[in-house]
Amino acid sequence: MKPIKFPWKPLYWFLCACVLVFLLAPIAAIIPLSFSSGSFLTYPLPGLSLRWYQEVLGGGKWLTALGNSLFVGAFATMLSVLLGTLASLGLMRNKAWWSEALKLVALSPMIVPVILIAVASYFFLAPLSLTSTYLGLIIAHTVIAVPFVVVPVLTALELLDPNLARAAAACGAVPRVTFMRVTLPSIMPAMASGALFAFAASFDDVVIALLIAGPDQRTLPREMFSGLRDSMTPALTAVATIMIVFSTTLFLLMQMLQRRTRKAMKPA
Amino acid sequence: MSTRQRFSLLLPLSGFLLVFFVAPLVWLLSLAVREAEVPRALPRTLAVLQTWQPGQALPPKVFPDLAQDLVEARAASTLADAARRLNYEVGGVRSSLMRAAREVGSAVPDTVFGAEFFNAVDPALASPEFFAAVQRARGPVSSYYLLAAFDLARNAKGEIERVSEANRIYIDVLMRTLGISLSVTLLCLLLGFPVAMLLTQVTAKTADWLMILVLLPFWTSLLVRTAAWVVVLQREGMVNTLLMHLGVISEPLTLIYNRTGVLIAMTHVLLPFMILPLYGVLKGIPPHYMRAATSLGAPPVVAFFRVYLPMAAPAIMAGSLMVFILAMGYYITPALVGGGSDQMLSYFVATYTTDTGNWGLASALGLMMLVTTLALYAVAHKLSGGRALSMG
Repeated sequence: MKPIKFPWKPLYWFLCACVLVFLLAPIAAIIPLSFSSGSFLTYPLPGLSLRWYQEVLGGGKWLTALGNSLFVGAFATMLSVLLGTLASLGLMRNKAWWSEALKLVALSPMIVPVILIAVASYFFLAPLSLTSTYLGLIIAHTVIAVPFVVVPVLTALELLDPNLARAAAACGAVPRVTFMRVTLPSIMPAMASGALFAFAASFDDVVIALLIAGPDQRTLPREMFSGLRDSMTPALTAVATIMIVFSTTLFLLMQMLQRRTRKAMKPA
Repeated sequence: MSTRQRFSLLLPLSGFLLVFFVAPLVWLLSLAVREAEVPRALPRTLAVLQTWQPGQALPPKVFPDLAQDLVEARAASTLADAARRLNYEVGGVRSSLMRAAREVGSAVPDTVFGAEFFNAVDPALASPEFFAAVQRARGPVSSYYLLAAFDLARNAKGEIERVSEANRIYIDVLMRTLGISLSVTLLCLLLGFPVAMLLTQVTAKTADWLMILVLLPFWTSLLVRTAAWVVVLQREGMVNTLLMHLGVISEPLTLIYNRTGVLIAMTHVLLPFMILPLYGVLKGIPPHYMRAATSLGAPPVVAFFRVYLPMAAPAIMAGSLMVFILAMGYYITPALVGGGSDQMLSYFVATYTTDTGNWGLASALGLMMLVTTLALYAVAHKLSGGRALSMG
């Protein structure tokens, strides 16, 4: 008995292709519009020009916003990598209840709805006069960025062969030297990928920026949010394209790092 | 490593999170049950009302004390908050209280501030209902905001009942939030499962490439992706142009600033969060199980449903719960591509915080959101064997 052959396989492939198109097409569609010489957001393009990039990069609010995003992101990243790495060292291979509890708290900003973190920070930072300041924004972004550092660094530390440290000690290395020359180099890729994730978390945030940033701290996503609320313009597509280039770069860096980590893990 | 060393390593982050995350969150959530405005503004009135019970005659002393409280609260700028709080329960008293305070302040000496005086400003201010509301807000804690978040309130007798039909909002918002989250989760599962399965069936090299296609949008800013959907779905957008060219439709469809737009954009944003954990588990299912099932005579469809799917079930549940949790907290996407009736809980939390200043209600709605999220997360955590937070 042979059932009628229905082309299941091609159909399945086609379905998967459609999903991938759904994921990528809208992002791809916005890029050419930013090079349009007209001011309508429709295809076909009337002609090519860089006028929208001129408008965006020629100074004014977009450049300020980009600067703010980079500044806040850089400091939030540094702070979260520092705090997250220290804490991961303290958390590693520890099954004590307080250690588990602290891990849960450190990871919870990933789960708690970001609007609650934003509102809580707003209420808390306002009496300290830290709303509408860079410091306030950096603090709140560090809270949401920390779990992105703790997860990879802690994983790397737990995967690290404890015999390495023992071997170093047997060779006469004092703990500080063991840390600097054995542990730190092995977790460096994990720290770097944590840093990238942390930066992305800060760079992508709108909700916290909406509540905490003042007119001087408006970040790029915050400025885009106002723009989208107002009306969609070709200048916004130029900003979006710049951000796509930015995030793709971050993503490629991440891929390189992960490949390197995988290679480093292989002989073990 | 000694415990002391561990403590000193953990101290910076613990201190930081305690001060800037845990304490603010606890403080925020405490606003859901705290009553501070009325006791601060009307201490004398509350003292007189201590022994009064709704249904009894009002003690006459309450009126002159209220008058004195009003004057002092106005001078100390605590009146506006208290008036706003009482206005939630007795509509319209906000402006009457402010007016009463002004009139008491400017009254000629020897004026008697009795029931008649307040009755003349606004009969509501001399009513037992008003004083019952004052008494209920005496603090330090009350269930007012928590009840309000479920469209419930206490009546003058102190019994819990549903608020009037016109004022029932939040159950609707909660159901809408859950409904949108559920639809998005199902859509993500429907679209994500085949792709995750495909990733396990192709060669490692092809899987790497396909993975990049999944991860690229994952890394693209939420705002960029939302902007992209605005461009694609708008009235003259690509989808409408294409469909009209193909002759499928003759009039442009309304695809954005409504529920359709919210579902499309949110599914797009959350799809990678479904594909990544699914792929992580599906690639661990040995392919020879399926082959064994087929060689024992099971048609592929039966083998899929009876062998493959049961093994994938925990991953499906965990991935779905994760997407559901993330969807529940969404604010930006519905705000930008949804209409007025597509706003979710987060929107109301934000609006009550910044615009109307009803912090108690913002907090109660936030609490509702947090409890649901944490409960669902606990389930996801259990189902995935503690790996729900891994990032793929």
